[in-house]
Amino acid sequence: MSANDDPEEILAFDEENEAFPAPMPSQRPKPNALGVLARLLVGVGAILLLVWAIWGMQFVPNLLWPIGIFGALSLGGILWSVATYGGKPGGIRNDGTFFNAGTSRGWVAWILGFVFTLFYVLLYWYPNGVAGLVALVDPLSRGLFGLPANRWFLYGFLYTLAVLVMGIRMLYRYRHNKYQIYRTLSVMFFQTILAFLIPHLLQLFDQPEFYFSYFWPLKYDYLFPSTIHGLLKQPGGLAVFMVFWTVALSLVAVPILTYFFGKRWYCSWVCGCGGLAETMGDPFRHLSSKKVSAWRLERFLIYFVLLLIVALTAILWINSAMEGGFLGSFSQAYAHWYGFLIGSLFAGVIGVGFYPILGSRVWCRFGCPQAAILGIFQRLFSRFRITTNGGQCMSCGNCSTYCEMGIDVRAYAQRGENIVRASCVGCGICSAVCPRGVLKLENGKGSGDRFEGSENPLAALRVSLGKGFEKRS
Amino acid sequence: MQVVVLGNGITGVTAAIGLRALRPDWRITIVSGESTYHYSRPALMYVFMGHMRYQETKPYPDRFWSEQGLELVRAWVDRIDPEAKVLECRDGSKIPYDRLLIATGAKSNKFGWPGQDLMGVQGLYNLMDLRLLAANAERARRAVLVGGGLIGVELAEMLKTRGIDVTFLVRESSYWNNILPPEESAMVTELLREEGLDLRLETELDEILDDGSGRCRGVRTKGGEEIPCEIVGLTAGVSPNLSALRGSGIPCGRGVLVDWGLKTQVEDVWAAGDCAEIQTEGEGRNLIQQVWYTGKAQGEVAARALAGEEVRYTPRTWFNSAKFFDLEYQVYGFVPPKKGEENHHFWIDADGKKSLRIVEKEGQVLGIQVMGMRLRHLVCERWLKEERSLEYVLSHLYEADFDPEFFSRSLIGEVTA
Repeated sequence: MSANDDPEEILAFDEENEAFPAPMPSQRPKPNALGVLARLLVGVGAILLLVWAIWGMQFVPNLLWPIGIFGALSLGGILWSVATYGGKPGGIRNDGTFFNAGTSRGWVAWILGFVFTLFYVLLYWYPNGVAGLVALVDPLSRGLFGLPANRWFLYGFLYTLAVLVMGIRMLYRYRHNKYQIYRTLSVMFFQTILAFLIPHLLQLFDQPEFYFSYFWPLKYDYLFPSTIHGLLKQPGGLAVFMVFWTVALSLVAVPILTYFFGKRWYCSWVCGCGGLAETMGDPFRHLSSKKVSAWRLERFLIYFVLLLIVALTAILWINSAMEGGFLGSFSQAYAHWYGFLIGSLFAGVIGVGFYPILGSRVWCRFGCPQAAILGIFQRLFSRFRITTNGGQCMSCGNCSTYCEMGIDVRAYAQRGENIVRASCVGCGICSAVCPRGVLKLENGKGSGDRFEGSENPLAALRVSLGKGFEKRS
Repeated sequence: MQVVVLGNGITGVTAAIGLRALRPDWRITIVSGESTYHYSRPALMYVFMGHMRYQETKPYPDRFWSEQGLELVRAWVDRIDPEAKVLECRDGSKIPYDRLLIATGAKSNKFGWPGQDLMGVQGLYNLMDLRLLAANAERARRAVLVGGGLIGVELAEMLKTRGIDVTFLVRESSYWNNILPPEESAMVTELLREEGLDLRLETELDEILDDGSGRCRGVRTKGGEEIPCEIVGLTAGVSPNLSALRGSGIPCGRGVLVDWGLKTQVEDVWAAGDCAEIQTEGEGRNLIQQVWYTGKAQGEVAARALAGEEVRYTPRTWFNSAKFFDLEYQVYGFVPPKKGEENHHFWIDADGKKSLRIVEKEGQVLGIQVMGMRLRHLVCERWLKEERSLEYVLSHLYEADFDPEFFSRSLIGEVTA
């Protein structure tokens, strides 16, 4: 008997808890010169940003500061990607994901989560706390749009910059995968043009600030009577077009596009929340909970939020038609609290602030009412499905691990079943990380051939809600 | 009825889950010394590389087993007593059975090389091997891998992520050319060089060298060259793991001898998966199948055998797949490494990263193999069963296309044009 299989040692072996620690620091790859430079740039940029955040009010604004600081952060971020993923051909590069303190809920992740969360809390409720950063970007706002900066310009600017820089990281990291390239370019485009430049340019031309890439119920006030009435009172045809756009997209385009392409056409190709999740959130996608309890919570919470916003919108319209006669003060308080709890706390603070701890799609999975509607169409009527390749699955679990929506993809793949789930945003990462080519995102010829029972979608839904593995009686 | 399944790899658990569906009220126990819960053996490499944690390699949530009424026992079985119908465990406990399935898997081959039991010398098959590798890697800067198969490439990829230099000794003149035809073999050989492996072709191991303390310090090749290293990976295939069968009286050859119904020559005992050797009785060599897919297929048949049905294991149309670093590989049907009487048609794209091979004889397609692209398993299998012609397969090739959306179809386009 060799020393390698000493029976006592093997018997004492606890595979769940102690078996596979992270490698020693000396065994982890060291950053190369480019990686060191990148970290240096990001570090200097971050420190200067912190200095401005604290004392910025006392500094004299100057265009060189924001260009220097954000230039260093952007260049550093891009070089970091090149240093990490360069030097070899494109491919799946998840080495060390669960060893890295930033991507495995280590101390780096907690610091990041704290900083993100603090930023959102200050931004929403203590705007004086971000006044220094607003002062920093003020010359940018004046240079770009001729308007003084406010906290929402700051937010939009940082958001767009994050999508662009981390989008470039995504493009470089998945340069072998055209689906990822096109999808990432798409979210970068929609964020930059439709969710940043156009809304600000509209303000410049004295038009209402309007986001063409968001619809009701995600942008919940776009179908509120106050918004519609306000737009219709505006002079000129553009505001009327905005009302038309909102109604057309919310009620017509969503079902039709989802029928043909699944909810991915919006969630991982257009949406700004999805755009941030797919770029800045990419390093954290594997942190989504795969527990059954999370799935239960998801199915309750997302439809509950949908119910809240549908009821709120209905009450506001009834109230408006009755000129304040129906639940007047209640509906105002309802709208206020929905905005505070769902719009700000859930979507912003928890949704993005907790990226490094809970994963990148917490809001999209548990809260977004737009995702809920898209999901219902996807589940019942869409042509979209993820097909599995016969008997090729060997149950390794990469697909489930890297599913940002917490779907247990493997449970379907190892049984050779198609994946038709309301929550799937069609990011395509499961297919990318599969080492045996088992998964393929497809728009089929119809919705009838996606899974057993789909000719009767309501019955299939009922079965799927109670499905799992039936308990032994 | 008490059924015991010895081994919780893919074969054992497939049999247990299948049997539960057929026999809801039987008592079914799965025994393994390696782990309490079933995990995916092919995923071991991803745990080492930090792509996943151990818990993510478990194909079923822990609660699944109690919900299914499958009892899990973690114990090493030292002896099987088919007379008393009992398993004797190393901790002294005994597990009685009415019916037994042996699914003990395989172990890494050791061909009697001098020094093969030194510390630092190991294979890669189970959790203990992985744990050992983590310990061995802590003090290693260089590793030598012996044998040119799939596990060797996996091990090389794993060690590279820890900054360990890898030398790969391959007996053949080109990587895996006893399985892959020359063109594909050349593609992988080229790729391994690109990945920075020190690939030594036509080189055989002579001796593993002792550093004086029972730990390896290097190897000497048959050519007399000494290569210093702290890890020696033995990846020259696996053979059936029969350690639990010693003294049981259950007849074994290279593996546990079974008939086409997976039944051993002893009453109420079956065997399946990597450990089983199917006696073909005059139909040629006995059959030992040791890949994931055949393990699963044999487990499905074993479930019905344990339930008492008359069964016969019929090997499915052959298929296999693998990934060499970033290069994916799939094979369906008969694709021999050397040309015989059949015709080989081979296409490769301009930069040598994608290829398609179709093997055909007298107008009938016998096998399809691809590198760097994905084909639909069930479509390829159907074509082979329907004995389709080369013309038919070529003109319908898009039906088998399984590459993700927007990927280049230039090779398929070229082939079908």
